[in-house]
Amino acid sequence: MGSLDELYQNVILEHNRSPRNYRPMEDADGKAEGDNPLCGDRLTVWIRMDGDVIREATFQGSGCAISRASASLMTAAVKGKSRAEAAALFERFHRLVTGRLDPGESDALGKLAVFSGVSQFPIRVKCASLSWHALKAALETPGETVSTD
Amino acid sequence: MAAPSLSPSGLTAQLDVNRVRADFPILARRVRGKPLVYLDNAATGQKPRAVIDAITRFYSAENANIHRGVHHLSEQATVAYEAVREKVARFLHAPSSREIIFTSGTTEAINLVAQSYGRTALRPGDEVLITGMEHHSNIVPWQLACEATGATLKAVPVTDGGELDLEAFERLLTERTRLLALGHVSNALGTINPVRLMAARARALGVPVLVDGAQAAPHLGLDVQALDCDFYAFSGHKLFGPTGVGVLYGREALLERMPPWKGGGDMIASVTLARSTWAPLPAKFEAGTPMIAQVIGLGAAIDYVEAVGLPAIAAWEHELLRTATEQVSEVEGVRLIGTAREKASVLSFVMDGVHPHDVGAVLDDEGVAIRAGHHCAQPVMARFGVPATVRASFAFYNTPDEVDVLVRGLRRVRKVFAA
Repeated sequence: MGSLDELYQNVILEHNRSPRNYRPMEDADGKAEGDNPLCGDRLTVWIRMDGDVIREATFQGSGCAISRASASLMTAAVKGKSRAEAAALFERFHRLVTGRLDPGESDALGKLAVFSGVSQFPIRVKCASLSWHALKAALETPGETVSTD
Repeated sequence: MAAPSLSPSGLTAQLDVNRVRADFPILARRVRGKPLVYLDNAATGQKPRAVIDAITRFYSAENANIHRGVHHLSEQATVAYEAVREKVARFLHAPSSREIIFTSGTTEAINLVAQSYGRTALRPGDEVLITGMEHHSNIVPWQLACEATGATLKAVPVTDGGELDLEAFERLLTERTRLLALGHVSNALGTINPVRLMAARARALGVPVLVDGAQAAPHLGLDVQALDCDFYAFSGHKLFGPTGVGVLYGREALLERMPPWKGGGDMIASVTLARSTWAPLPAKFEAGTPMIAQVIGLGAAIDYVEAVGLPAIAAWEHELLRTATEQVSEVEGVRLIGTAREKASVLSFVMDGVHPHDVGAVLDDEGVAIRAGHHCAQPVMARFGVPATVRASFAFYNTPDEVDVLVRGLRRVRKVFAA
């Protein structure tokens, strides 16, 4: 049984209130929308690249605290990461929120580890992953809308 | 917990809430360590012991296929199944049980009319009139029928209070309208629509009327003759019966003219390899082995609801909704979505700065089950400019104490998400 305090950790509540990198990007190299039709959540992720490296990521949209905080923390976490590093981070993050991450691995996630409580609330996995799916789409096929369904 | 006295008029005296609660085994369980407060009745109702027992008894002692066996069990099952058809006809005040068709639910009932009636009656330039507060199941079947026939779909707009704009309705109902399809009670807003008045206007122009009664059946007494509608659809599971069964009432003259929409066993008079002829009503629309146990369960649910009494149910729920509306409105940052004068069961709202899913998660932690989302009514969400709402929906087994738990939960939401 999941605890509400583990789900809504202070860092998550704070990023929900004041999300970082919350703005559209005019001269983006990639952009994708994430759509969760089940809850009506919808957000856009923009990226600026420097060769293979993500120089900057921003987002905007509406969603629950988990999806907003996840997007906010993601935009900070992927800055300076290569495509491969960002993909590896998403893979590890996804294992965290689905409860399949070895305890030793969570250090490598840094601040993203605050989403560990999500694994106790399976229905919220889509909320936590929405921005990551959009980022992936922006890196692969810019201009796409991805759906978590 | 003492039986609360809700109404000074004594209207609710007939409903002993503690006694009815004892009839629903699930209401005794705990969720996340707290007593379950089930306020998601618009999604599905809980089942009384009588319904659970009827299904168990059928499978334990009476199970057989119907309409085909010469053996005792099959005869008995056929009699029991057809007896529920008679019961449903009485429940809806339908003139004849030939007008009662069992479906898998409201959705299938509406699809039946859209596919069978819609596809044969609609021509390019014709219009189907729905409303802006329909559930997707009373929108999408008409979109499919219109796409297939070249007809156009129109919708009666919704006012800021969540009522139908009746002046616009008068303008939209024209000589091009071939069908009016509308919800009796809105699942997203709780609005009770003036179906009787609107059906009279439509029928004066010779326009058939379909009523989606999914949300009305558990709360209002139904009378298809008083409403003077041509089709009425409802689901068993929202009426405290099993999932997988629903009802379509159809005016006999229309059903007679409509072609079958599903082919198979049980719906034919004779079959050759070249062509087939159809069985008389209602079998024409019931292809294949039907949901026999579920129909038996629906019969038990109707018996149960009628024993409690729909007037007592309506009076109890009216008070419950009134007190819930009052108390929830007082919580800081709450905005009600849907404030129609005539409402049933549903309290839909948003909270300033907190997404409905987060409200739902905190309430869940208190054992309170509500729905957070678009309620399969995305056009309603768009109309009110919100992506989703929190929806508490009540049944006659809910209590004022449970409303208190809901309100305490909402105050906790404010605390958790305080800026």
